Amino acid sequence: MNSFGFEIQKDNTIEYDKNDLSLAAFVLRHEPSLYNCIQCGSCSGTCPASAISSYQFRKMQLLMRRGETKHLREDVAHCMLCGKCILVCPRGVNTRNVIRQIRIALNMN
Amino acid sequence: MISEGKKTLWNDYQKEIADDKYFYARSCIRQNFFPGAEKTFLKILKEELKKDVYDDPRHTTCTGIAYHSDVVSLETTMTVVARQFALMTERGYSNFVPSCITSFGIYTEVLELWAHHPEIEDKIRHFLLKATGREFKVPENLAHSSDIIYKYRNEIAGMSKYRLINKNTGDPLRVVEHIGCHYARMFPHKGIGGAEYPCVLSGLAETFGGEVIDYPERRACCGFGFRQYVVQANRGYSISCSKRKFESMAPYKPDLIITNCPGCPYFLDSWQYVIAEMEGKTYGEKGQGIPVLTFEELSGLMMGYNPWDIGFQMHQISVEPLLDKIGVNYEPENKFCGSQGRSIGKPKIPESIKYS
Repeated sequence: MNSFGFEIQKDNTIEYDKNDLSLAAFVLRHEPSLYNCIQCGSCSGTCPASAISSYQFRKMQLLMRRGETKHLREDVAHCMLCGKCILVCPRGVNTRNVIRQIRIALNMN
Repeated sequence: MISEGKKTLWNDYQKEIADDKYFYARSCIRQNFFPGAEKTFLKILKEELKKDVYDDPRHTTCTGIAYHSDVVSLETTMTVVARQFALMTERGYSNFVPSCITSFGIYTEVLELWAHHPEIEDKIRHFLLKATGREFKVPENLAHSSDIIYKYRNEIAGMSKYRLINKNTGDPLRVVEHIGCHYARMFPHKGIGGAEYPCVLSGLAETFGGEVIDYPERRACCGFGFRQYVVQANRGYSISCSKRKFESMAPYKPDLIITNCPGCPYFLDSWQYVIAEMEGKTYGEKGQGIPVLTFEELSGLMMGYNPWDIGFQMHQISVEPLLDKIGVNYEPENKFCGSQGRSIGKPKIPESIKYS
């Protein structure tokens, strides 16, 4: 294949019609406080796991709600359930239970 | 909704287009990409529709590419635009018709700016007078050349030799229409159908008998986008945009793409070859690409003009499959013969994409 001095980027289009949203529905049903999330990112900012890995709660839950669950299992495995994110959340989202519900849905417990 | 209500609403999406006496402003880049397009437009208007069109050799670029690439200031752009209007005024015309969608956006933006800030117009009049000794009147009507073709689409279709019908199956050809971003997105009321229902190309394709495809990325940018193209390392943004459109339209098996902007046909045409070279993927039938035409080239083709006279040999993606589907009489051996019958040189045939 020829090189032209630039690369074709991977398409990041999210196909809502094709993605499976059942996992997000399960989590939201068992932890409805996630509906209150305003994507402020305070959870990611205070997360000790974020400091040493690529895991971010805000990014993870956003992708999950869009049905992008390819890396979800390895993402939630980083969480140590310390609960600092609950303390800083301005909307009172029970972030720890969100992680727990995802792990239940993925049979990780 | 009752039909009268629909008609009333649709009237809000129309624009006024002058009937005759056009001052034509060519694109600065189109002559290099598809040199037959503007020639075909002038031929259709002058010889077929018997319109008065003035093609002034003194006019320059509108500075659109430099303006959108942050190379020239808005004051410079406005002064250059004022000079184009001065040339129009000197020749006694008042209906301005740019060939380029970016120019159309620039002229529209400048006129809107002057309408809201007359003091800026006064300043630019002073700049122009000081620099060139010229004065100008603002155009009474500003319409893109595709608006003119749309306005006279029924007359053109009435004179046409061919239709957008597959001669073997009798089915309408499947057309992807792609409208330049600066046509109606910045100023929706300046485009036919506005930004929501632009029909300047779909109306033309349907008048010629084609079937317009509605696909998910229909209104996405072609990827030209000035900044992402001017710097080589950034061209990945451009080609990625185009690729997303190709991936989205390919399942609908389009027979051709038509455009009304200088950049769109160039990039939709050339990036198909580059994608084939980089990833080995093609989007047309049997390893070919999807032919890309400008609205003038399509109109000229339907009128029965010789495809080689209107510059079809300048396309990266081979147009012969489309000509065969329509049933156009053409001479393959004359593809690279110039108007004087002398060879204009053949391009190197790519291996990654079928080129007939």
